[in-house]
Amino acid sequence: MSVEDRTFAVKTEVKSGLIARIPLAARRVPLLGWLLGILLAAIVERLVGYPLARLLGMSNFPPLFGVTIIFSQPPLIPSVLVYNLLLYVIPVAVVAWLSAPVVNRLVAWLYSYPLWFSGLVHLALIYADLSLWASINDYRVLVVRLTLVAVLVTLSLNVVNGYMGEFSCSHPGFMALGAYGASVLTVLFFTPNNVFGATLLPAALAPFIFPLTLIAGGLLASFGALFIAIPSFRTRGDYLAIISLAFMFIVKSLIENIQIIGGARGFMGMPNLATLPVVFLWTIIGLLVINNFVRSTLGKALNAVRDDEIAANAMTIHTRRTKMVAFLFSAFWAGVAGGLLAHVISYVNPGSFGILKLSEVLAMVYLGGLNSIVGSIVGAVGLNFLMEALRPLDIYKWIVIPTLLILLMIFRPTGLIAFTEFKIEEILKPKALPRDEVEHAAAAD
Amino acid sequence: MPLLQIENLTIFFGGLRAVHDFHLTIELGQVRGLIGPNGAGKTTVFNMITGIHQPTEGTIIFDGQDIVGLRPDEIASRGIGRTFQNMRLWRHMTVLEHIKLARYSKFTYGMFGAFFGTPLRHREELEAEKKANELMDLFAIRRFAGNVITGLPYGIQRRVEMARAMAMEPKLLLLDEPTAGMNPEELGEMVNVIKRIRDEFNLAIFLIEHRMKFVMDLCERIQTLDFGEVIAEGIPEDIRDNPRVIDAYLGREAEV
Repeated sequence: MSVEDRTFAVKTEVKSGLIARIPLAARRVPLLGWLLGILLAAIVERLVGYPLARLLGMSNFPPLFGVTIIFSQPPLIPSVLVYNLLLYVIPVAVVAWLSAPVVNRLVAWLYSYPLWFSGLVHLALIYADLSLWASINDYRVLVVRLTLVAVLVTLSLNVVNGYMGEFSCSHPGFMALGAYGASVLTVLFFTPNNVFGATLLPAALAPFIFPLTLIAGGLLASFGALFIAIPSFRTRGDYLAIISLAFMFIVKSLIENIQIIGGARGFMGMPNLATLPVVFLWTIIGLLVINNFVRSTLGKALNAVRDDEIAANAMTIHTRRTKMVAFLFSAFWAGVAGGLLAHVISYVNPGSFGILKLSEVLAMVYLGGLNSIVGSIVGAVGLNFLMEALRPLDIYKWIVIPTLLILLMIFRPTGLIAFTEFKIEEILKPKALPRDEVEHAAAAD
Repeated sequence: MPLLQIENLTIFFGGLRAVHDFHLTIELGQVRGLIGPNGAGKTTVFNMITGIHQPTEGTIIFDGQDIVGLRPDEIASRGIGRTFQNMRLWRHMTVLEHIKLARYSKFTYGMFGAFFGTPLRHREELEAEKKANELMDLFAIRRFAGNVITGLPYGIQRRVEMARAMAMEPKLLLLDEPTAGMNPEELGEMVNVIKRIRDEFNLAIFLIEHRMKFVMDLCERIQTLDFGEVIAEGIPEDIRDNPRVIDAYLGREAEV
């Protein structure tokens, strides 16, 4: 932005009204500012949240910004709105706005160091926000952990359905493979069990072995994916959708018939290893690796294959290998997510990796947006919150969600936030110069 | 030894003989033209050279090696770049991404680099970007670098496609109707672009074209294809006056 632009922006901003100023002011707040605002809001909620909730007629903290009471206790909606306004919107907005000049300087200072440093600071703050907000009650923690797992699954499916433009239906199957793979290993190692015998390793090792079991689960899922990839990537078209759908059912009935891991009754006894920090860390690692991949030229080859495979082939891209690698990669992360899911709920059941799971995962991808990391996050978080909100409707939520998807397909066929790049270096950049520096620059001109 | 030597190239689609006994020899630095009415089999010849179609018979020797039976990407990475009649650009990708991606086979960082962002990847991506910038300057499309291809004017898209083919650093460039759908102004620009490529890079160009003036302007020798057969071959002046070519293209006077 040139100096002229800047002064122009300042002038117009002064002229326009309060409402018009909000987006302009918001644009000047860096991510760090918002995170600090959320931190304050979470602390304030800890201090005064409970009395305020009682005062507004609620029995306890509204668990998820009150989305859960929309259908269960509609009369409380106004109190929830007031609660959200007082405890979330106002503190976040005030902190973000007031701290913007200082925080922008801080962000600029962080930005002058290698990117990973600034990234780590942001991640630490995101984690602090999340854990401080969630740990106020167990329900929030559970929803956050499940949502983070859902984010990871959505990202992994987006690699195939969004970036590569094929249609895979097998992700619940991969999740099941990952879930069972990781669970069998952790139970074998750390839980006394009448099939696998006594524990093989001391419990103190569990946090260190757990990542390896997740990776093993992911690799098992990748191995399964190989059986889909070999036949279906010879050509393009609907083959993948059909073969992968079949694969999902094969995995399901295979597990149902292996009695040693519980068969259709499910498998339990996993130690509680997928705590909030562990799930958070894995989701972030998955996000970063997937983002790294799709932003590299090797990953862009997926987009080329999707948009025009013949041209991709003529431009030296080995399309079949590219598709297979991406598919196995995607399956790996779905497997890891499955392993995490199994350890979050400490129970796996082949029935839960069926067609309902598939429609849930597909809905998250298509709601959020194809070919987009932010879209996947929005889709997973949005749909998870929506599912929690619709919980009182019971089975009828499966009328609401498909209806929503149909509307989405009509009005925004590629999803809410599609075809964007997740540029970490842009997100971590300072957003604008503090006002005095703008004026200074203008005066110097 | 010539850069590209094609002999006795024949392909059948079912019972249809699309191309019969096609032959061609190109040396580095030469520009050859292939003309003929619609459906004569011109693009089929290109598709056989680039490995999209497998010839029923015949040999294609490129740079001393038989390339018949290789995958299209293998043939491309040996140094045969091409453009398409209907462009085949990647509609969700930016101009810069198009040009970088055509250097796909030159990246060595592998999947590990792609997943974890190693220094090697960083270096290679920067280098590819530098090369892409040079090409975009050459084709005067640098200012569109960050634009998604779909919204750009037709003439620009054509130049992007040409730049994409050039990013592969080909020894042989196949141009399939590079002026299709262009207005006279864009046409003039395209002639200059191709002349620049011919003069500034050490490569051979083999092009399919309908517009006689364009072909006459650029090519040293021209072949004419009709119903899959080469009916005439020679320098542009001979081709223009050849009665069989006039027949094939314009029809006999008596029929007009």
